[in-house]
Amino acid sequence: MKFKTRNFDDAPNVLEIEELTVRLAGNETAAPVLDHVSLKIRQGETVCLVGESGSGKSVTSLSVMGLLPKGALVATGGRIGLEGKNLLDLGPQAMRDMRAQKISMIFQEPMTALNPVIRVGDQIEEVLNTHTRLSAKEKKARVLDIMNQVHLPDVERIYRSYPHQLSGGQRQRIMIAMALILEPQLLIADEPTTALDVTTQQQILTLIAELQEKHGTAVLFITHDMGVVAEIADTVHVMKLGKIVEQAPVEQLLRHPQEEYTRELLQAVPSLTPRAARDAPGGEAVLSVSGLQKVYGAHGVFKRSEPTKAATDVNFAIPRGRTLGIVGESGSGKSTVARCIMRLIDPTEGEIRVADHEIATLSRRALQPLRRHIQIVFQDPFRSLNPRWTIGRSLVEGPLNMGTERKAALSRARELLKLVGLPDDAIDRYPHQFSGGQRQRVAIARAIAMEPDVLVADEAVSALDVSVQAQVLDLLDELQQKLGIAILFITHDLRVAAQICDEVVVMQHGRVVEHDSAANVLSAPRHAYTRALIEAAPGRQWDFANFRELQTV
Amino acid sequence: MVASPQPASRMQWLFGAMALPRGWRLGAGPVIAAIVLFIIVMLALLAPLIVPHDPMAIDALQRLKGPSETYPLGTDAYGRDVLSRVITGGRVSLFIGISAAVVSVLIGLLIGLVSGFFRTADAIIMRIMDSLMAIPSILLAIALVALNGPSIWSVMGAITIPEIPRVVRLVRSVVLSAREEPYVEAAIALGSSMPKILWQHLMPNTLAPLIVQGTYICASAILTEAILSFLGAGVSTEIPTWGNIMAEGRVYFQLKPSLIFWPGLMLSLCILSINLLGDTARDMLDPRLKKREG
Amino acid sequence: MLGYILRRVLAVIPVMVIVAIFVFLLLRLTPGDPAAIIAGDMATPEQLERIRTSLGLSDPLHEQFITWVGLLMQGELGTSLISSTPVTQMIGQRIWPTVNIAVLTILLSVLIAVPMGVLAAWRHRTWVDYAVMTFSVLGFSIPVFVIGYIFIKIFSIELRWFPVQGYVAPTEDFGKFLSRAILPCLTLATIYVALIARMTRASMLEVLGEDYIRTARAKGVKETVVLFRHALSNAAVPIMTIIGTGFALLIGGVVVTESVFNIPGIGRLTVDAILARDYPVIQGMILLTSGLYVLINLLIDLSYTFFDPRIRY
Repeated sequence: MKFKTRNFDDAPNVLEIEELTVRLAGNETAAPVLDHVSLKIRQGETVCLVGESGSGKSVTSLSVMGLLPKGALVATGGRIGLEGKNLLDLGPQAMRDMRAQKISMIFQEPMTALNPVIRVGDQIEEVLNTHTRLSAKEKKARVLDIMNQVHLPDVERIYRSYPHQLSGGQRQRIMIAMALILEPQLLIADEPTTALDVTTQQQILTLIAELQEKHGTAVLFITHDMGVVAEIADTVHVMKLGKIVEQAPVEQLLRHPQEEYTRELLQAVPSLTPRAARDAPGGEAVLSVSGLQKVYGAHGVFKRSEPTKAATDVNFAIPRGRTLGIVGESGSGKSTVARCIMRLIDPTEGEIRVADHEIATLSRRALQPLRRHIQIVFQDPFRSLNPRWTIGRSLVEGPLNMGTERKAALSRARELLKLVGLPDDAIDRYPHQFSGGQRQRVAIARAIAMEPDVLVADEAVSALDVSVQAQVLDLLDELQQKLGIAILFITHDLRVAAQICDEVVVMQHGRVVEHDSAANVLSAPRHAYTRALIEAAPGRQWDFANFRELQTV
Repeated sequence: MVASPQPASRMQWLFGAMALPRGWRLGAGPVIAAIVLFIIVMLALLAPLIVPHDPMAIDALQRLKGPSETYPLGTDAYGRDVLSRVITGGRVSLFIGISAAVVSVLIGLLIGLVSGFFRTADAIIMRIMDSLMAIPSILLAIALVALNGPSIWSVMGAITIPEIPRVVRLVRSVVLSAREEPYVEAAIALGSSMPKILWQHLMPNTLAPLIVQGTYICASAILTEAILSFLGAGVSTEIPTWGNIMAEGRVYFQLKPSLIFWPGLMLSLCILSINLLGDTARDMLDPRLKKREG
Repeated sequence: MLGYILRRVLAVIPVMVIVAIFVFLLLRLTPGDPAAIIAGDMATPEQLERIRTSLGLSDPLHEQFITWVGLLMQGELGTSLISSTPVTQMIGQRIWPTVNIAVLTILLSVLIAVPMGVLAAWRHRTWVDYAVMTFSVLGFSIPVFVIGYIFIKIFSIELRWFPVQGYVAPTEDFGKFLSRAILPCLTLATIYVALIARMTRASMLEVLGEDYIRTARAKGVKETVVLFRHALSNAAVPIMTIIGTGFALLIGGVVVTESVFNIPGIGRLTVDAILARDYPVIQGMILLTSGLYVLINLLIDLSYTFFDPRIRY
C-alpha cells in the first residue's frame, strides 16, 4: 500500500477550525452536536474526516459553509478561520461572497444535488454570474474549459443537457466543475462517492486528486469508508459523537491507531481476503435457478422504447448450509434476480426450484403455502418493519399465515429474539424504539420464524455502519451454522462478499460474467469486469483489521 | 438506543413512527378553535332546550326590530327571533357537514383501496373520478334540487359526490406509495393474502390523512350548504339554516345588515374552527415538515 | 413530446363521455317524475306533457340517449322551458360579463397569491408565514356572499369608492367596467388566493428542503435567485395543478358573486333558472362548465412540459 507522504510543514494554513461548538437551537441542555472540534487544513492537503453516522462529520462541513439548517442548529462557540477572518462573524452577503470563490462544496447525492429544471451549463455559469463580471462569450468559454478539465465527453452537448439526461458519475463531475471553476482555496467533499458505483468512485477520486494537484486546492474529505481514507488522505481525523477522538497522518493512524475507538473502527472493516473455504457441500441444492430471464416490456400505444433485459440467462444453485453471493454494480440485475426468486416480480422465463418445488410459474395462490421455504431480508432497516406493528406482531405474521397457533407462534417469537440477540421484552415494543442494527436483527428473526430453507439477503447490511455491519454478518453466519440455511447474499460490496460467501456470482448488465468459489473470484479473477471491480476497491492492499499490509500467500 | 417501553397508544397506531416534528407545540389557535367548535356543537345539539323563543314563531307586530331584552339580536322580516334562529340554524349545517365528510370518506376509502391495489380496475375508476371532479358541486346541487325539489338529501348528495374523487385520489396515492415499502413486500414473502395486506398493512396508512381530509370536507360541505340555501337551491326555506336566514336577510341588507352578519359570523367561526383543527392535524403528520426539521 | 400531448388530448375523450352519460342519467334516473317537480304543484296535464316532450322523456332510454348525444355533438344544449329559446343562444348572450370577470379574477389571484406563498415559505414560522396562513384559512372559511356583502358595506356604502352593483362592458367604457368589476373580482378572488397561496407555500416548503437548493446556496447565489429561479420553477407544477382544479371553486363562486353584485352573466342566468325551474338551462350550464374545466386542465397538463424538462414521454 502506497500512502501519501507529502510534507505540509511549510504550507500555509488554509482553514483553521478552533474549538467549534454547535448545539441544537434553543436547547442548551442537550449534548452538543459538535463539541470543541478543532482541525486545520494546509494548502494542497487532503484531510479526511471519518466517523459513523451521527458523529458530526457533515455538521462540521456545513458549519464551514455557513449552511447549518436555520432554526435547527447554531454554532455557539469557537472560530472558523479562513484568510484571517472568522467565518462565524460574517454577515450573509460576506458569507455568500466567500462561497465558490474561497470555499466550495460537493455533496453525496449527485442525483438530487443538481436543479432538475435548469440546463447543467447554465448551472455552472450561474457561479460566474454571481461572482464575476465577464462577457457572455468569456463565461461560456470558461464553463466549457472547466467541463473539459473534469473530463466530460462532448462538452457542447452536455452543456445544453438537463441533469436527468446524465449518469451519476457525469453529474458528480458537473458538481466538481461548479465547485472548482473559481479556483477556491478549499474544497469540501461530503461523501461525494458514497452513492456511486465502485468503478465510478475510483474515477471521481482520481479526478479530485488531479485537480487538487493542478490548482493547489486544500480538500476536506468527509467519508465513512476507511478504504477511501487509505487511498486519498494526507491527514485523518476520527470523529465520534461530535468530538474528534484522534488525528494523525494517514499511515501512522492506520498502522498505529492510539485510541480504542479508532482500533474498533478499523477492525470492523471487512477484509478483501475471502473466508477460509468450508467443507464441500453435502446434499442437493435447496435453491436452483436456471435460464432465468426478466424483460421489462415496453407496451402502450404511444410509448416507443426498447424492452430492457434486466436479467438474462442466470444460472446457479445453492446447497444447504452454504452462501452464494451475487455481486455487481447498480443496474447489474442482481436485485432483479432476488426479486424474481422471491416472486415479488414475475420472471419472464426460466426455472426456479426451491426445496424441490418449481415456483417460477406458480399462481399466487399455489405459491402461498410454499412461501415458507424462502424468505428475504431487505436493505433499509427503517422501512422493512411496519411502523404501526409491535415487533411481536411482525414476528408472528408469517407463522400465523402458515397455520401455526398464535400462542405457539408468540413463544417461538420470544426464542427467536433471544437467538438474534435482542431482549425478549422487545416483543411488545415498536420498531422506532430500536436502532438500525437492532431492526435488521428483527427482520432476520421474522424471516427465520418461517424456518426457511433459503434466506435471501438483499443488500441486508449495506445501510449499516461498519461496526454494526460486522455484527449482523456474524449473526447470519451463526444462524446458518445452527439452522443449516442456504443464504443468497446480494451485495455491491466486494469486502462484505469476501467475508460471508462460499461462492460468488458476478453480474454485469443483467448477465453472469463470472461464477466460481469466493477464493477464485477474489484472488484469481478471470473476467475483465471482475478484475476492474477488484482493482477499483479502495484500499485493497491494506489489511485494516490487523493494521498492516495485506499478506499475500 | 432503546427507549423506555411505552404502552401502545392509539396515537401511535394512527401515526405510526411519525412522531411529532421537533419543536412542534400546540399553539393557542387550535385550543381556541376546539373550544369554539365545542360551544357551537353543544348549542346546536341542545337548541330545542335553550332557545329563548320558538325559531318558527311569526309575530307580525315585531318585524325587523333591533336588539332588545326579549330579542337580543332583534327580529327578522316575519318577526321571528334571530338569536333562536341562529342557534337552531347550526343543526342542519353541522349534520350536513359531518355526514358529507363521513359518507365521502368511507366511499372514497373503499374505491381508493381497490383502485390502488388492482391495476386493472385503476384505469377505469380514475377516468370516472376525473369526470366527477369536472362537475362543479354547486351546479350539480342546483340540478338535483331542480329535479327532486329542495331536500336535505339532494343537498347532501350534491356535496358528497364531487368530494369522493378527491378522497379516492388521496387514498390511492397513499396506497401506491405504501405498497412499495419493504415491509409490504416482506408481508407478501410471508404468505399474507392480498386482502389481508390491503387491510392490515396499507389501510392504516390512509387513516391519518383521511382524518385531515375529512375535516376539510366537513368545512367545505357546511360552506356549500350555506351557498346553496343562499341561492335558493338548498334545504326547504321553512327550516332555519344559517344559509336560509342569510338568504331571507338579503332583501333587507341595506336596512338591517345584522340579519346577514350574525348567521354569517356563526357560520364563519364554525368553518374556521374546523379548518384550524384540520391544519393542526395535518401539521402533526406532514412528513415534509419532518424532513425539513428532522 | 408529441406522444405526451397526443395521449393527454385523447385522455380527455373518455372523461367527457362519462360526464355526458352522468348528466344524461341525472334527469332520467331521478326517482319520481321530474317533469312533475319541474312543472310545480299547479301544473295541468297538458303542461306536464309539454315539459316531458321538451325534455325528450317520452321515448325509450337508449333512443333518448342517441337523440341527446346527437344534438350535443351539433352543439345543441336543448331549449329553455320558459322562453323557448335555445340554451346555447341564452348562454351566448350572457357569457361575456362572466368571462371578463373570471379572467380578471384569475390574473389578480395568481399575481397576489404566488408571491404571498413564496414569501410565507421563505419566512417559514415567522409572522409573515402566520399572516399568510391566517389569511388563507379565513379565505376558506367565510362564504363568498358574506365577503361580497362586507365589501359592499365597507367600500360602496360607507366609503362610496365604488358603485354598489351593476355591470358595464369593458368595450363600452373601460373605466366604468373596472370600477364595477373590482369588488366582484376581489370577492371571487379571496378563496382562490387562499387556495393558491396555500399550495404555493406547501410546494415551496418542500422544494426548499431539496439538495439542489443547498447546492445553489453553496454557490453563493442571492436568496431572491434561490427563491425564484431555483425553487419556484420546481414548485410550479403543483401550483399550476391547483389553479386548474380550483377552477371548479371559481365556477361556484361566479354563480354567487354575480347574484350578489347583480352582474348579468351566466351565473345569474343559472340562479334565475333555479327559481323558474328551467332544467335545460341548468343542464346546459353543467355541460358547459365541466367542458371548460376539462379543457383548462388539459391546457395546464400540457404546460407541464414547459416547466419540467423531465416530462417528455
